[in-house]
Amino acid sequence: MALRTYLDAIHDALWEEMERLPAMIILGEDIQEGGVFRATDGMLDRFGPQRVLDTPLAESSIVGVSIGMAQNGCVPVAEIQFADFAYPAFNQLISEAARWRYRSNGGWGCPIVVRIPFGAGIRGALYHSQSIEALLAHVPGLKVVVPSTPYDAKGLLKAAIRDPDPVIYLEHKKAYRLLKEELPEGDYTVPIGPAQLRRDGADLTVIAFGLMVHECMEAAEALAQEGIDATVLDVRTLAPLDRDAILDAARRTGKVLIVYEDNLTGGIGAEIAAIIAEHAFNDLDAPIRRLAAPDIPAMPFNGGMEDYCLPSKEKIAVAMRDLAAY
Amino acid sequence: MVRSRILSDRMFTLNRQGRAAFAVTGQGHEAAQVGSAYAITPGTDWVLPYYRDVGVMVALGMKPYDILLGLFAKADDPASGGRQMPCHWSWPAMRVVTRSSVIAANLPHAAGIAYASKLRGLSEATIVYFGEGATSEGDFHEALNFAAIHQLPVVFFCENNGYAISESQAKQMSVMHVADRAKGYGIEGKTVDGNDALTVYQTTRWSLDECRRGLGPKLIEAKTYRLSPHTSSDDDRRYRPRSELEEWIKKDPIDRLRKRLLTEGALTEDADRQIRLDAQREIDEAATAAEGAPDPAPESALRHVFYEEA
Repeated sequence: MALRTYLDAIHDALWEEMERLPAMIILGEDIQEGGVFRATDGMLDRFGPQRVLDTPLAESSIVGVSIGMAQNGCVPVAEIQFADFAYPAFNQLISEAARWRYRSNGGWGCPIVVRIPFGAGIRGALYHSQSIEALLAHVPGLKVVVPSTPYDAKGLLKAAIRDPDPVIYLEHKKAYRLLKEELPEGDYTVPIGPAQLRRDGADLTVIAFGLMVHECMEAAEALAQEGIDATVLDVRTLAPLDRDAILDAARRTGKVLIVYEDNLTGGIGAEIAAIIAEHAFNDLDAPIRRLAAPDIPAMPFNGGMEDYCLPSKEKIAVAMRDLAAY
Repeated sequence: MVRSRILSDRMFTLNRQGRAAFAVTGQGHEAAQVGSAYAITPGTDWVLPYYRDVGVMVALGMKPYDILLGLFAKADDPASGGRQMPCHWSWPAMRVVTRSSVIAANLPHAAGIAYASKLRGLSEATIVYFGEGATSEGDFHEALNFAAIHQLPVVFFCENNGYAISESQAKQMSVMHVADRAKGYGIEGKTVDGNDALTVYQTTRWSLDECRRGLGPKLIEAKTYRLSPHTSSDDDRRYRPRSELEEWIKKDPIDRLRKRLLTEGALTEDADRQIRLDAQREIDEAATAAEGAPDPAPESALRHVFYEEA
């Protein structure tokens, strides 16, 4: 066991897979000097500039050349420096990577991984704070994972690299150095698909992913002092969603709160709420609730404004109390 | 070239007869397509054609029957099993990589494939085809820039027919030649007479050889003209003067090669006639067979979203 941060875990997964797979390539902007968050620190010296590739500042081709590399025996893991800069690559992600296997009737596959740092709470303002998961999870043909712990960060990244289809790996920037955990030595994976129960309680269920899982856990612990016992379900894979785990938690508790830091409308919470409403309506004891950022284009730079908009453990606790009392 | 032309004409006819929903072809491009494709090592080199490249596919060995299965969206359509519009090629055995309808989106794919060839030390080259309209897209720039930075073994082959649907070249760029753009990337660009099959062949052969020797990438611009509308849904009379079309009909690349071969004694009138008759018969039979081939099961539309265990 070794104490590793969320960022260390990502670094370790990349490093170990680079050692294991001679045709693996990591590519993106500022990768060779270690990356703006240091996720690829030291890799240039170990693996050389052909496999640790600094790309031009051009997101569409970062994904586009990755797709090409994957056709010809390589295992590309691309990094888009910030989620906010992923939009120029959306055509390659959505119209190319996601439709690649389908449109060739299974003739070709597209095993690429695109790592994308996302999320707010770091005073990143409009263009270094965005959450883009709902836009991508909507697209058939893409898998979308969002680890919330160092353990999952390592295991899900390894699973993504070994997956035969395109995987969007969303890593929360604020989690990089904030979260630390004892990790087992050596190789392991966390399967893409299953959600993870983080806390078991009978009174209500809170569903979240990424950093919001921790805000929900703190809120749940606070409410436990008040005699309200909550389940916290971490949907660490957003595409495909773990419908069974979501429905099981909803049925057991009868009350569901969904928390995410993207803006409310059309977010992941809408899909989760629809799944529950369609399949567990008779087991509900209260309306499904969502707590998310307001429908503003993105987070303001001003700290007071950002805090006002982002869900927090305090706001979550208030929503949980309301729901428990319903 | 003859088979490609007859097949393309037939696809349009089948659309006009209401038997095929859509057709997209490249009559007039045959010298550019077939001439360049003859320089490809089939099954070794990677090929990313665009939807006009009937001639490239015929030259690579795809049978008219298989192309017509795509026209009729049949289950055995090798490109997509009836999912994509016709002529959106894919042929894994011949390293013809699947493409979308999004113009220039496959140029970065070609660069990525070529990067892998270089990384893995393989003496194979990649050729990617597109029209001059594609050179306005950001992906054109990103792909050429990336390929040039890494000196990748990829040939960018532009079939410049002067029109992106209705938009003439002057609306796409302020330079005379697409090949002029190569300088901006620090690579070699050549403009060739795209209606001269032998010149196209020689230039493509040289370019692919240079790539295999580590001296790529290259940009080839083959100047040609589309003798048909953009697609079966287009009426080119709205934007192209008849006189211009008639001038280019006089420069038909098939007539031009035939005359040269006849002059040089490499072809006889009888042999030429036989080539056409054989092609007509082959495509007649292929069209009948393809039209009668089974459709995909409707519920098969749900398959191949993700990898399926065998």
